[in-house]
Amino acid sequence: MASIKLQEIAHRYPSSDDYALRTLKQTWGDGGAYALLGPSGCGKTTLLNIISGLVRPSEGRVLFDGVDVTDLSTEQRNIAQVFQFPVVYDTMTVAENLAFPLRNRKLAKQEIDLRVADALAMLGLQHRANDRARSLSADDKQKISLGRGLVRTDVEAILFDEPLTVIDPHLKWQLRTELKKIHQRFQHTMIYVTHDQTEALTFADQVIVMYQGAVVQIGTPQQLFESPEHTFVGRFIGSPGMNVLPCNIEGADAVFAGNRIPLQRVISDTGQRYELGVRPEHIQLSASAGIPLNVTSVEDVGRHKIVRGRVEDTLINTIVNDGVGIPENPRIVFDTDKINLYADDYRVGND
Amino acid sequence: MKVQNNKAWFMVMPVLILVAISAIIPLMTVVNYSVQDSFGNNEFFWVGTEWFQEVLASERFHNALLRTLLFSGIILAIEIPLGIVIALAMPKRGWGVSVCLVLMALPLLIPWNVVGTIWQVFGRVDIGLLGHGLASLGIDYNYTQNNLDAWMTLILMDVWHWTSLVVLLCYSGLVAIPEVYYQAARIDGASRWAVFRFIQLPKIKRVLLIAVLLRFMDSFMIYTEPFVVTGGGPGNITTFLSIDLVQMAVGQFDLGPAAAMSLIYFLIILLLCWIFYTVMTSYDNDEQSSSNKGVQ
Repeated sequence: MASIKLQEIAHRYPSSDDYALRTLKQTWGDGGAYALLGPSGCGKTTLLNIISGLVRPSEGRVLFDGVDVTDLSTEQRNIAQVFQFPVVYDTMTVAENLAFPLRNRKLAKQEIDLRVADALAMLGLQHRANDRARSLSADDKQKISLGRGLVRTDVEAILFDEPLTVIDPHLKWQLRTELKKIHQRFQHTMIYVTHDQTEALTFADQVIVMYQGAVVQIGTPQQLFESPEHTFVGRFIGSPGMNVLPCNIEGADAVFAGNRIPLQRVISDTGQRYELGVRPEHIQLSASAGIPLNVTSVEDVGRHKIVRGRVEDTLINTIVNDGVGIPENPRIVFDTDKINLYADDYRVGND
Repeated sequence: MKVQNNKAWFMVMPVLILVAISAIIPLMTVVNYSVQDSFGNNEFFWVGTEWFQEVLASERFHNALLRTLLFSGIILAIEIPLGIVIALAMPKRGWGVSVCLVLMALPLLIPWNVVGTIWQVFGRVDIGLLGHGLASLGIDYNYTQNNLDAWMTLILMDVWHWTSLVVLLCYSGLVAIPEVYYQAARIDGASRWAVFRFIQLPKIKRVLLIAVLLRFMDSFMIYTEPFVVTGGGPGNITTFLSIDLVQMAVGQFDLGPAAAMSLIYFLIILLLCWIFYTVMTSYDNDEQSSSNKGVQ
């Protein structure tokens, strides 16, 4: 187990002019569970492959426990990685698959048998031990991929690259719980790449949100939800995402569509593009006060309703709890203490 | 209502006619000859299975069959491993890919009789590069007189002509393997051999099966090239089944035995292909039954 430190890492693929990964400084503590969250093509997988050594960064160094491993090959790095699509060795049985990384590392046979039996029990695959790995279902195959990392003692960190993509929804939850358990038991450093916010938020202590090759926010799930540092984070996290309303600054107020919204502090307008960020959860519908909302649709998603509408040209989503009526000509009222202000997409701090 | 169904016959008629002309009628002609004897004058006599018994009992047929089996065996033993090795060594991306593919495809584009002629001249001791070269090195090489030399020349020629096919098939199988398998193998610390044994070989198994079947059938039926190079000699040491068959049918005009022999020849190829196919796909069937077990 190790802490992983990235020093000014950046990467550009030879075939591309643009950076797949922009300069990044990041330390991952020993035994932590981290999630890399972001849309497809934001550089998550590149970053993961840089850590595991499958990709050599074009700039910067990678340090495990303070030791520079940038030039070490994947084999020398003691990293386990689970990929998006389950990788099993077709011709081998389940047990042989699990034994494979140990055999390659020339462990004694008894030791291998012991560890394989242990891993099989942990993954609940004892009854399939002697079946061909190829005949298993996708989720069991993915367990084998994970198991090949778990059998090893030398593993510094386990990396997951969207491991639940091909898994059935009802099994996703189960596998995620098992991952959590394994993390609690072994305290491996785990880094989990996903574009699914639920996965990221339930798995990790710390979520790293990436956007266009750069890290835009690192924080706990709560921080990401309450104070997104970038409008992208606000939109990406939450369902529906944060409403982003273009506005002007006038003293201690923001002006949105002709309505003054108090910011509770004076902002000096520096000519940037200002936007208000407000979660659908923090907008109330009212019959009398507030800004008139032109409702376009109401979606009943079970526990609550999502009311979608417009104020002038700006789309606004709000959440109305079950049992609460929707007024005929609704007006919206913001929870002013939950509003964030953004200048050129980055959050304006309270200080 | 039943009358309407006859329409279907008109629909399949073109295919039936084509297949009849191209396959069924010629085949039935052969079957017809194989059970009759003719003494000229277009008179035929029913002989039943006599020709079949005669061919199956003849030493000439046994020897030709053994020679053909040996030839196919040697061809497969050389071309399949060699093809895999070359395919593994070929570049997977970059400008080298097209260069290699074109170079590999070249021998496949040359007509059989031209290949035969090329090697016939190439191996000649008086003017051929190979033959004369070996002779000037002091090696006593002459494919028209020495049995071993004749075989070596034919094998070398076939390897030169057809290994490319195996290479191209294997290569197509190799480039279809997702990169993630290699990445997982690196994570698992697999050696180069283990990557080949547990990832590449299982993944190219299906194309390899096609390569083995094609190369077996082709080499088992080989005619033109040995006919041009050695003409079946020296003696009859390179007289394979196909050459023997043509000698019997066209040279001696023994239509009955030749027809019986071609049917036996055909059945042998069918049988051997079935055996290859069954053996090589038995693994897939195993797996299917074990996955069914899993479902139960």
